[in-house]
Amino acid sequence: MSESRKAFLNGVRAEIPLLISVFPFGMIYGALALDAGLSTLASQLMSSIVFAGSAQFVTAQLVHDGAPGFIIILTIAVVNLRHMLYSASLAPYLKNLSLKWKALLSYLLTDEAYAPTILNYEKEGITPVSHWFLLGAGFSLWFNWQVSTAFGIFLGAAIPKEWPLDFALPLTFIAMVVPILKNRPMIAASVSAGLVALLAFSLPFKLGIILAALTGIVVGTVLESGKSISGALSPKGML
Amino acid sequence: MNIWLVLLIGGLLTFGMRFSLIYLFGRFEVPQTMRKALHYVPPAVLSAIIFPELIYPSGNLDLTLGNTRLLAGIIATLVAWYTKNTLLTILAGMAALVILQLL
Repeated sequence: MSESRKAFLNGVRAEIPLLISVFPFGMIYGALALDAGLSTLASQLMSSIVFAGSAQFVTAQLVHDGAPGFIIILTIAVVNLRHMLYSASLAPYLKNLSLKWKALLSYLLTDEAYAPTILNYEKEGITPVSHWFLLGAGFSLWFNWQVSTAFGIFLGAAIPKEWPLDFALPLTFIAMVVPILKNRPMIAASVSAGLVALLAFSLPFKLGIILAALTGIVVGTVLESGKSISGALSPKGML
Repeated sequence: MNIWLVLLIGGLLTFGMRFSLIYLFGRFEVPQTMRKALHYVPPAVLSAIIFPELIYPSGNLDLTLGNTRLLAGIIATLVAWYTKNTLLTILAGMAALVILQLL
């Protein structure tokens, strides 16, 4: 077996546990996107055009709420900003590749492909075939996401319209947010964003969501900075 | 705006962010403040969506016990807090909503 193939398969193998946990999400996404009012084709193709789980859930929710296009685009951009961090983190390992490889691997760079890949690079370093690992992890996740979306669309079409399936979207978001509320800046970011979203609910074009998200980001960041400053100033690191 | 245009621009932006620093390696670093700020994107964006969904369930402010979505959302939050299990949270919230609507 060639070295590149071995690296590819190692990437696939490292991805398997993630594939299992991502599959139900792809199904939930497919069913909810359809329920939110997206066409079968748009629901399916969003999984390859955008290919970013949380942004796709958010888009389905905003389509359901009748938000205008530019708000959806802005929200996708904000939700996916974190990918710049992955991009920055992997950049030194990919610097010698051709532009085509860089572009292909960037397209496949999701949270779930990043995690095993960065661990592999930290352990093995750069080798002539190490990028095949990311290709294996990224491609298997991509394939899994397309298939699970299709399953979800298929099942979603069979669910009666009267069922309150649209509520599964906010529930999915609750399940994503609550476990990361581990410290005060995180909680403050969440609560302040939520409150501003309520106060700004009547703003046109769902602008309240953008305003609320920015408020939460600023509040969390400022609180974290304040904490580290006060921690540096007071010997006990209190406050 | 046409949904296909939205998906296309959303997809291009997503790809652009994934590609950005791989492409610009050595020429641009992510500033420390931005690194910090990015941690707060998920709780901020998702909470900005969750709160109105629960408190303005049909477009109107509803803080009464008749607001089944708010009650079911609180139950789901508790389940998420204690179990940290995504599927369990969704199932508990859906079950709570269906039962509360029957009451």
